[in-house]
Amino acid sequence: MFENILIYFVVIPLVMLGLLALCRDIKQIRAVAVVGSLGLIALSVYLLVDYLGLRAAGNEAPMLYTGSWVWFEPLNIHLAVGVDGISIAMLLLSSIIVFAGSFASWEIKQPKEFFLWLILLSTGVFGFFISIDMFTMFMFYEVALIPMYLLIGVWGSGRKNYSAMKLTLMLMGGSAFLMLGLIGIYYHSAPEGGQLTWNLLEIVDNASIPHGWQSFLFPMTFVGFGVLGAMFPFHTWSPDGHASAPTAVSMLHAGVLMKLGGYGCFRVAIYTMPQAAHELSWIFLILTGISVVYGAFCACVKTDLKYINAYSSVSHCGLVLFAILMLNETAMTGAIMQMLSHGLMTALFFALIGMIYGRTHTREITEMGGMMQIMPYLSVCYVIAGMASLGLPGLSGFVAEMTIFVGSFKAGMADYLAGAGSLRLVFTLIACCSIVITAVYILRVVGKLLFGPVHDDHHRQLTDASWWERLSTVTLIVCVAGIGCFPNFFNTLINFTFKPAIFSVLGMN
Amino acid sequence: MDYSQFLIMKQEIALLVVFLLVFLYDTFMPRSAQKGLPVCTSVLMLLLTVAGCLDCCLCSTDNQVAFGGMYETSAIISAIKNILNIGVVIVLIQSIKWANGEFMIMRRGEFYELLLVTLFGMYLMISARHFLVFVIGLECASLPLAAMVAFDKNRYESHEAAVKYILTAVFSSAIFMMGLSFVYGVAGSLYFANIYTAIYASPSVMLVMAVAFVIAGIGFKLSLVPFHLWTADVYQGAPTSVTSYLSVISKGATAFAFLVVMAQVFGSLYTIVWEWMLYALIILTITIGNLFAIRQRNMKRFLAFSSISQAGYIMLGIIAYNTLGVAAMMFYILVYIFSNLGAFGVIGAIENACGKVSMDDYRGLYKTNPRLAFTMMLAMFSLAGIPPFAGFFSKFFIFTGALEGGSVAIYVLVLIALINTIVSLYYYLLVVKAMFISEEECVILPFKSACSERLGMWIALFGIIFLGLLSPVYSTLIDMASVSQFGMYFLN
Repeated sequence: MFENILIYFVVIPLVMLGLLALCRDIKQIRAVAVVGSLGLIALSVYLLVDYLGLRAAGNEAPMLYTGSWVWFEPLNIHLAVGVDGISIAMLLLSSIIVFAGSFASWEIKQPKEFFLWLILLSTGVFGFFISIDMFTMFMFYEVALIPMYLLIGVWGSGRKNYSAMKLTLMLMGGSAFLMLGLIGIYYHSAPEGGQLTWNLLEIVDNASIPHGWQSFLFPMTFVGFGVLGAMFPFHTWSPDGHASAPTAVSMLHAGVLMKLGGYGCFRVAIYTMPQAAHELSWIFLILTGISVVYGAFCACVKTDLKYINAYSSVSHCGLVLFAILMLNETAMTGAIMQMLSHGLMTALFFALIGMIYGRTHTREITEMGGMMQIMPYLSVCYVIAGMASLGLPGLSGFVAEMTIFVGSFKAGMADYLAGAGSLRLVFTLIACCSIVITAVYILRVVGKLLFGPVHDDHHRQLTDASWWERLSTVTLIVCVAGIGCFPNFFNTLINFTFKPAIFSVLGMN
Repeated sequence: MDYSQFLIMKQEIALLVVFLLVFLYDTFMPRSAQKGLPVCTSVLMLLLTVAGCLDCCLCSTDNQVAFGGMYETSAIISAIKNILNIGVVIVLIQSIKWANGEFMIMRRGEFYELLLVTLFGMYLMISARHFLVFVIGLECASLPLAAMVAFDKNRYESHEAAVKYILTAVFSSAIFMMGLSFVYGVAGSLYFANIYTAIYASPSVMLVMAVAFVIAGIGFKLSLVPFHLWTADVYQGAPTSVTSYLSVISKGATAFAFLVVMAQVFGSLYTIVWEWMLYALIILTITIGNLFAIRQRNMKRFLAFSSISQAGYIMLGIIAYNTLGVAAMMFYILVYIFSNLGAFGVIGAIENACGKVSMDDYRGLYKTNPRLAFTMMLAMFSLAGIPPFAGFFSKFFIFTGALEGGSVAIYVLVLIALINTIVSLYYYLLVVKAMFISEEECVILPFKSACSERLGMWIALFGIIFLGLLSPVYSTLIDMASVSQFGMYFLN
């Protein structure tokens, strides 16, 4: 079991948990967090290089590094792992954000408990991305959800009790639908008399879920994951949750956890039930289209920095689901790029907001101004994050959104020309408007917060970023710019393995 | 008469031996040695449990019938008895401090004797294949419990609880026997096997009434809604050790006996009569239990309503009516024993130390007693079904069992149950919130809990953490269920 490299993505966090439990002072805790997350980054970079090497050598299997160990034999539940380019991209993203998040919570109170819960959360995240067995996947998914309650409840700010409860219950509500969907998939995972399985690859191979069941199970699974992907109308946990959460938790949650939703929709719902996805995608296309535009509009009227960013996350994550539902290769590639891009960019945003809030003790943009004069470093970073968010070429947002809209437009035109209605086309156009709205709210914040006169004289004594804050932000900015400047690299990484999945979907067309 | 038949009843006989030893100890040991009774009983029960588990794992017990078909045992039956034993051992360990209290000096022995007698009754209920034996077991398991509920004789609530308990117990027995008389009228026999054949050959309308009465009678014991009204008051009034015994052991045993009766007596009426009865009962039980639990402030009342809704989940294993369902139900009972006893262990420790049982008193508990708060939190997470704790696995398996070959109706039922887990998560999190998040000064001062209490909590914690992750437990149960006598009664 331990010869499989993927297992270490779960083993390292577990070891970190054990060490954290033994730690006596804050220095040891920081050391464990930093060394552990560096280890995770090293592991995912190694995995990336090795993976590309294997692919270049002509390995065409849908998943690499697969391993499967029996867990509950009577139900055929395995601890099955395997990754493709998408999972590797997600693993890389998660390890970077855990690293940046550890630095962002350098001076948190009750550090031991905080890091224990944070690392438990990331154990769930990593476990989720390496699993290809639906049961283990679901278990890790729920492991990632529950620490949020305590992280927000104990270390949060504002209406934290309300937000923590709302977030936990809504996400668990999603996973209730999900559990039903997954068990349903399991019972139809093999043809009559065959061995039922939880393994996604085998389910796709068998392709035996009857059409009628697909139309019932697809919405269950898609909604289940969609709740975490902040799909309208199930997005309401997101603004409250992100606004109340402490910095590192907002980063991890918006940066990684919301990606679990998009990844799950793609990997489980669409991968295993392409027919239903093809037929029912219009319902969810409308819903996600609404979240793209509605989220952006909401961000325009909010004055609390975290709320603005949370609504912008709703809009951007909506775009991920929106692109996945286009069922077309370009758009899906864009969706994965958007996950990466949004994950890094929003983590940067939340980190900066946390740093600003830690100094000014307010997040109201009306009470702040002229930050560029007071803390130039943080302000410049904020501008970079903003530019990435509104899609400036050279940064990650542009690449992702461009790919998504080209892909969606292609899908829309294909539909239109085939006489299959113009819904996709119309919604692509509507979703395109979100770019403009994004520019509105980003520039509004940048203008009010960073430029103009200093609003409050007390702010003049504030200091600029400390070294750990610089380290945290620089890491993220480098990655954001990296995706923006070398999109083709990520394109190759994702495209390598997109083909089989796409074929199974488009085979229905 | 062939006396070797008694060997088949070895579990009952072993329990009887323990009972007699405890009785002799209580009667003949000098005053000075009386303090050793609780520990002695716990050790004896522990030995019994270990021996039972070894026997269960090492020797494969075939289906054996004794006394002309009145008594039956099999691998799965001895497994459920062992599961109950494990629970009893934890209850006994947790009760040591309470039983050694000032106030218990004169009545310590009775508590243990009554407890063992009720356990004996539950054994009989589970193994009975004749309604006479079943009723003896049922009464034996109910009536002494009333005396145990009334154990705090200086507390008014304890009396009230005992009166409520005994009246509902008697009333439910009466209803149950009313149902039996209908059954006897139709079948002309009280042997399970004979009734099954008679019903199979000629189902009659009267059986609908009979099944309804039987379900109602057992429903009282299981505290299914709408037969649950006694539960909260009794749980609140009884001493904590008795409450924990009532909530896990009594419930687990009755649930299994219920399965036996429904499968081996009324099995052929599954689709036409009792599936939809149980369907409605499950929805009511889970939903109402959950909704009422939200408003409770007393921890014991709170767990009473939580245990009502948990009983609804256990019933999913019966309505599944297949091998997976039976195994999942037993696994659920096992996990529920550990999780609930973890919670009761904390409640009991706090009650013994400072007499607080209100949820409001638990505010800020993490600051004063972090370990207790942590144990409580894991127990709550396990009850709510959060991975990686055992409760998640048991919930997942019971849903998987229920959905095997399930119709759309069953999917709807499971969906309702799943949505209810969210409601239950809400109130379990209320406890976590009180302990961890609330910033008020805690009224419970730091204290050191007794050795026995800590041991009890450690065992419960061990179960909560490892039962789910270690797959052999569940796999063994499935193996046992698949060779059990139930197989021939299931439709598929």
